Amino acid sequence: MSVIFDILAAVGLWEAVLRIATPLIFGTLGVLLCERVGVLNLGIEGIMTFGAMVGWLTVYSGGDLWTGMAAAALGGAAFGLLHAILTVPLGLSQHVTGLGITLFASSFAYYVFRLAVPVATSPPTVEPFRPLDVFGLADLPVVGPVLFGQTAPTYLALALVVVLAWVIYRTPLGLALRMAGENPHALDAQGVDPIRLRIWAIMAGSALMAMGGAFLTLAAFNSFFPTMVQGRGWICVALVVFASWRPGRALLGALLFAFFDAFQLRLQTVVDGVPYQLFLMAPYLLSILALIVMARRARVPQALMQPYRRGER
Amino acid sequence: MRFERRDRPSRALSVLAPLGAIMAALLVAGVLIATAGANPLTAYALILDGAFGSRLGFSETLTRTTPLILTGLAAAVAFRARVWNIGGEGQFYLGALAVAAIGMVPALAGLPAPLAILICAAAGAVAGMVLLLVPLGLRLRFGVDEVVTTLLLNFVAVLFVSLMIEGPMKDPLAFGWPQSVPIPDNAILPTLMDRTRLHAGLLIALALAVAVWWVQARSVFGLGARAAGLSPRAAAFAGVPLARTLLLVGCLSGGLAGLAGAVEVMGVKAYVTTDLSPNYGYSGIVIAMLANLNPLGVIAAALFSAVMFVGADSMSRALSIPSYIADVTVALSLLTMLVAIFLTQYRIRR
Repeated sequence: MSVIFDILAAVGLWEAVLRIATPLIFGTLGVLLCERVGVLNLGIEGIMTFGAMVGWLTVYSGGDLWTGMAAAALGGAAFGLLHAILTVPLGLSQHVTGLGITLFASSFAYYVFRLAVPVATSPPTVEPFRPLDVFGLADLPVVGPVLFGQTAPTYLALALVVVLAWVIYRTPLGLALRMAGENPHALDAQGVDPIRLRIWAIMAGSALMAMGGAFLTLAAFNSFFPTMVQGRGWICVALVVFASWRPGRALLGALLFAFFDAFQLRLQTVVDGVPYQLFLMAPYLLSILALIVMARRARVPQALMQPYRRGER
Repeated sequence: MRFERRDRPSRALSVLAPLGAIMAALLVAGVLIATAGANPLTAYALILDGAFGSRLGFSETLTRTTPLILTGLAAAVAFRARVWNIGGEGQFYLGALAVAAIGMVPALAGLPAPLAILICAAAGAVAGMVLLLVPLGLRLRFGVDEVVTTLLLNFVAVLFVSLMIEGPMKDPLAFGWPQSVPIPDNAILPTLMDRTRLHAGLLIALALAVAVWWVQARSVFGLGARAAGLSPRAAAFAGVPLARTLLLVGCLSGGLAGLAGAVEVMGVKAYVTTDLSPNYGYSGIVIAMLANLNPLGVIAAALFSAVMFVGADSMSRALSIPSYIADVTVALSLLTMLVAIFLTQYRIRR
């Protein structure tokens, strides 16, 4: 027991929570935005991989960190547009298209990466985002480093939660977004084209996913290597169900998840005799558990995965 | 511009669709090759030469086709019934691990070869089934979408394999490398060509493709499974036992993916490592779609993927184009195939 208390008492754990949560916050917000307008985007895993690569490559070839973030977002939006064209006007299977996007985006990322770095024994690193000192409070004991000493993209992610929640619940645009995912026919009757709205929302959501990927290379690992996303995208898809498609709860889910992840990482180093693979399995099993708990309770957007064609019911 | 459903999809178009899709994918990949500074036509010629140009290349292509047929079938039978089994990769690994585990039982080495092979294959298939029945059970019991659960279980399965081959199943003679104890010789599949890795697993895969085609096209279960996929409510109304049909589809799909892993161990490696599969499970999804979920088409689609993967390896050595171009092309052909299928069903009107 005392081991657990030691881990919980260490500032490092709480500092890590927001850091681990950041790519998940970007990713869940992206999935949430796509699914709120009624489109499942399983391209997330590949889009995050591509974002991670583009962000890294931009900075590696001399761009600054925010240019890297922006390049990742643009790349993500491009794949989002591809997914949107295939699933919205054409109405193709969202499952299979999304998986296709994931396979295409990730293998394309590896291809470009190998072209840029033909042979490397260790992946080349970039100078990452530095921890900030928000309001000069980073030196406060405990809460300082935990809340005020994170990197800039983390604060961007937190701000985006507020912005997205505000847009979805408090603006006419948000009402239209929700209608596109609940009842696109009614939206069309109101004079808003659901097809166009869905396409834009998927592009924006995919841009967010790619920024989550870029956070991995530009603030967490400092370099790119294949398979680095490690199922984070799929975990985001699970977290959105857990969050019942609400931004605030998505943040809560990401934080909870990151807490458990940070906790198991530290437990791994102090507990002997338990194979490390069991700890590594924990995040995936936890996501499945969250899905089981929420499956019956979650309020799914009613038109999720239903292609919209004018005049067809 | 709008889309209008065709009254009946034309036969000619359905046959041309995969060819058109592959041509389109090769065209886009060709642009990527050209951007990297090589002639795409030279690259494709080298890919074909690498895959078919020598006895070794040819045998490697067919060796690679074998697991791809099985994982392709696994995805095809599941998708036909709208069971979204994206867990082929995990089922492959668990099937492989089951064979390695059975191989450690001393009694196995004393059995006649056909019996030993049969036991190992069955163990692999059952392991794959079990891994799919968990998420399928969750869907039927709690309404949990199986796409995400099967995807997440892939990671769990590979970690479990890693746990076993670094722990209780570790080969003490492998100089510390994490790999399982090799299976005994009587469980190894016979080779089909001397001095190559091509093994009898290819015949198993081909036979199963025909068998699955027959079950889907000619049996009551096959009809029920298709009906369950097209419209669950109508199927239930027509007296198809939905839950039982979906569970059987799950057994078939998971079993085929598990068998793919089993056959790979029995035919090629004899032991399990965590890099046993270069994404065979995920490629199976592409192959199933390229085949338009037709079990016989899976054979051709698997061959196409194998040619790309084997050929790109030798092409990338000659032209210094990253061999990931094969993955790009295969993934692209999935997307172009989706569009091609769409065009066989709809016509474009102004």
